[in-house]
Amino acid sequence: MVQERIEAANKKVMKIILNGQPTLLDIGVAGEVIPGMTKKTILHAGPPIKWEKMSGPLKGAVIGALIYEGLAVDEKEANKLAASGEISYDPCHHHNTVGPMAGVVSASMPVWILQNKKYGNYSYCTLNEGLGKVLRYGAYSDEVIKRLKWMENLLAPLLKQALKLHGPIDLKTMITQALQMGDEGHNRNRAGTSLLIRELAPYIIQTKFSEKEKIEVLKFIDSNDHFFLNLTMPACKCTLDAAKNIEFSTIVTAMARNGTEFGIRVSGLGERWFTGPAGIVDGLLFPGYTAEDANPDIGDSVIAETAGIGGFAMAAAPAIVQFVGGSAKDAVNFTLKMYEITAAENNIYKIPTLDFRGTPTGIDIRKVVETGILPSINTGIAHKDPGIGQIGAGLVKPPMNCFEDALQAFVEDLETKNLV
Amino acid sequence: MTRINELFQEELKIINMGLESFNENLKKQNVKTVQVDWKPPTRRNKKMLSLLDKLK
Repeated sequence: MVQERIEAANKKVMKIILNGQPTLLDIGVAGEVIPGMTKKTILHAGPPIKWEKMSGPLKGAVIGALIYEGLAVDEKEANKLAASGEISYDPCHHHNTVGPMAGVVSASMPVWILQNKKYGNYSYCTLNEGLGKVLRYGAYSDEVIKRLKWMENLLAPLLKQALKLHGPIDLKTMITQALQMGDEGHNRNRAGTSLLIRELAPYIIQTKFSEKEKIEVLKFIDSNDHFFLNLTMPACKCTLDAAKNIEFSTIVTAMARNGTEFGIRVSGLGERWFTGPAGIVDGLLFPGYTAEDANPDIGDSVIAETAGIGGFAMAAAPAIVQFVGGSAKDAVNFTLKMYEITAAENNIYKIPTLDFRGTPTGIDIRKVVETGILPSINTGIAHKDPGIGQIGAGLVKPPMNCFEDALQAFVEDLETKNLV
Repeated sequence: MTRINELFQEELKIINMGLESFNENLKKQNVKTVQVDWKPPTRRNKKMLSLLDKLK
């Protein structure tokens, strides 16, 4: 029976996901450590997209990356190069990588290197730049490029040295602890960032850098509650990547948005993307902005929800509603609803307010289509024009057709195998 | 005595479909039950329902 095959495959996938052991190993340079990177490769968030179809914030981030790499001197030159066909655009997801918002990664950028210790696979992510005018929201002014250079020349080398002194960090334990402390791991990372500082500070102090530089780095991390996001994301990525390509599985292994389209990948359907139009985020905007300023949903950070945290763990983070809107009760209800479309309750990520019930983990496309319940995603809101940055945060849902198209493809695959 | 009353004089054979709390209440009264995990399909898209049926 086909149902038994599916259930067995999903059981296998869930075992892999639940047993994942994401571990922070090191910091490297994207061009040296990410497979398939070249000097003219630009990785981006979401499913594949061509330059002409990119939204404002993604275009802005590409422009910024070309200036940062020294491939263009200004916006005009960067625009010309970006459209010339010389640049190779590829999703982060095709290179074991994830990137928040625009998710742009270029060759010289420092990246966190993680390994899923249980299954041996790696994942990568840039270091978080902070909020407001930053590259990942499509800003590319001098201050943005200057900060990226500072991250390359001081932040990354210093943290690399501190990590070497410390040794690998078990991120699963750290994320588990952060969930107990009011984070959900996507849009609230205050606890995770604090835990990371606590873990690294004694080793930062022992590095060979000057007092002034150490203070600069600690202040930078402390000033940015989302610093830990760029670790939860690759932690989820290497956890889920180990569960890819399991025949007959209906579990989602990736969700991602490029600002134009939302895409999902399903374990039993290999590397294929199923896409639909990216939605508009419903949330709170910073003063001075209106809904018309908002870009559609963007970023790979929805890997958090795919792995059972983020919007799926909202009940663990009632304080987040002050950032994304709604009431504390809404936060609980979002999580409860997600149990309807998931295959398991997490064995490690637990929610104190639900009597330590495991977070809903492993989205099953059959359940999404059958119930009509879409995944709830916590996310930031980028301005639709390049160069401006973040203008708010809120909640968004994927388009239903991603799940319906995946289901149809799944059945068609079974038909070609004469199994249905 | 009506037939329905006769029924309640005998040991009941109960199959509870859907809402599990009904089943739990019966169990608390030491009534033997069988719980069936079932939900009415909320989506009405016939094409999708037929695809889902193929997977059952």
